[in-house]
Amino acid sequence: MSIFFAKRLFQALIAIFGVMTLIFFLQRLAGDPVLLLVPMDATQADIERMRVALGFDRPVAIQYLEYLGNVMLFDFGRSYVQNVPVIDLIWTRLPYTLMLAGGALVVAFGIGIPVGITLAIRRGRPIARLLSALVLAGQSMPTFWSAILMIMVFGVWLGWAPPSGAREVSSIVMPSIALGLLSMATFARVARTAVLDELEKDYVRTGHAKGLPMRRIIFRHLLRNASIPVVTVSALEIANLLAGAVIVETVFAWPGLGQLTIQAITARDFMVVQGVVLLGAVTAIGLNLVADLLYSLIDPRIRMGVSG
Amino acid sequence: MSAPSQKIAAVKSAKSFSLPWAVLPFLFIVGAMVILAIAAPLVAPVDPNTQNLLARLKSPGTVSRGVTYILGSDELGRDVLSRLIYGARVSLFVAFSSVILSGTIGSILGMVAAFYRGWVEIVIMRLVDIVLSVPAILFAIITVAVLGPGLINVVIVLALTRWPRYARVAYGQTLSVANMPYVRLSRFMGASWPRLLGRHILPNIAGSLVVVATLEFGLMVLFEAGLSFLGLGVQPPTASWGAMLSTGRNYVATAWWIATFPGLALFLLVLSINLIGDHVRDRLDPKAR
Repeated sequence: MSIFFAKRLFQALIAIFGVMTLIFFLQRLAGDPVLLLVPMDATQADIERMRVALGFDRPVAIQYLEYLGNVMLFDFGRSYVQNVPVIDLIWTRLPYTLMLAGGALVVAFGIGIPVGITLAIRRGRPIARLLSALVLAGQSMPTFWSAILMIMVFGVWLGWAPPSGAREVSSIVMPSIALGLLSMATFARVARTAVLDELEKDYVRTGHAKGLPMRRIIFRHLLRNASIPVVTVSALEIANLLAGAVIVETVFAWPGLGQLTIQAITARDFMVVQGVVLLGAVTAIGLNLVADLLYSLIDPRIRMGVSG
Repeated sequence: MSAPSQKIAAVKSAKSFSLPWAVLPFLFIVGAMVILAIAAPLVAPVDPNTQNLLARLKSPGTVSRGVTYILGSDELGRDVLSRLIYGARVSLFVAFSSVILSGTIGSILGMVAAFYRGWVEIVIMRLVDIVLSVPAILFAIITVAVLGPGLINVVIVLALTRWPRYARVAYGQTLSVANMPYVRLSRFMGASWPRLLGRHILPNIAGSLVVVATLEFGLMVLFEAGLSFLGLGVQPPTASWGAMLSTGRNYVATAWWIATFPGLALFLLVLSINLIGDHVRDRLDPKAR
């Protein structure tokens, strides 16, 4: 176990290192990095002063090492537009994004899992056909369109929920649903496959033979076994939710990290963009690692290198 | 593949070569959108960028100064239907070129990794893992922040972030084909590696790559729309469904048609492509069903 763990952790660290390197060189690839940081109307003298002040006049290798060192200490530099450390900006926005992702996870899980179970148990019946059509529609629906439709119908026409912003508690309802819909489809698919796999197992047949009611077989025995793939997928879905938050936050004017990033791009505040992207990338890699470890904890065949 | 199974596959494909009735309506939708996009200047009622400030935010069906706004007009008095038709050009162009570009890069790198093994394999497949473990939108955001927004940059961003999907499939498939007797034989006979990969390996793995490409196509349409929606993609005044949705978002209370129609077009296109993709997968790769 510890060898598998160490190996997987090492891979994750390599990936994080790789992402940091990619971002550093992407910045330089596009030409002069100072140009990313100064306002559009900066004079040549301003640019030169900035270059020296930021240390861009030194050899690239030294800049690279310094950048790696800073990033590892969660020092993402300063926002030159707002003149505060990037990490402070991230801290003020992070709770909102976490709240939104949490709400979306509740929606995705709460709807997706029952739908997936129904799809498997009632396979071929009209109810399953209807639900699978809805899942497919949910998958093909662009988040920003379903979000706008929700604002239109529930926010403007019916007036059930505030159309945007984060002033009231009920503000989180619509963004959560909009963000959760896409993951809902994923959860439904995974749950369906997992339950279908379990339905064919011997213990289900034994249950039938003993005369157990179907309800009891499903709730007492089958769902526990079927939960394994769902748990692993959850970790990966959280990463997707965090990424999807960029669009949903923009639609609903939700003051989270996604909105911060888009505002930073518009304001040419590159350090902020870089900070959020780095944080997001590291989180995603971390969640990938968690998913793999969870999986290996639950299913020892993975870490033994035996294919199931 | 052994001889009997090949025969069965051949019989099966010959027997099932009939019109795909189940996906025919969706093929029709995609086909219609492609034709409308190509013929945009001929079919669009008016120029998509012509403003008419006297006919701002007119509801669908309004006639103003001799122009009928079938799907209404936007905040600058431009015809929504014409912009919708021209927007199809952007969506399809970006999706098509990014799928071709990322598919080519990914397939070549995947095949090379599986064929050469050793450090080439390690470098390429590690890179695949890194890019795949980070949500594509993050890479897209940082790339746009560096390169700036624009049509061509969107294609570059999508090609740079999506190639690993193809690389992984090409890699796995090549591994299973590379040791086939006929590949080893042509290797012994001195075939060059481009010839080996292009003539002997690629034809055998192309089916799986086509499946990935079809499913990716729908995703690319969504990505372009998403980036344009965020203001990171196609820049105004060029008509793009994502950008139209972004404008429409500001007018949900007064002009529902601006956001509704591009969203509907996007939804129909992506749904149709996904259904066709599923169908293609079931046909070419029965095991993955």
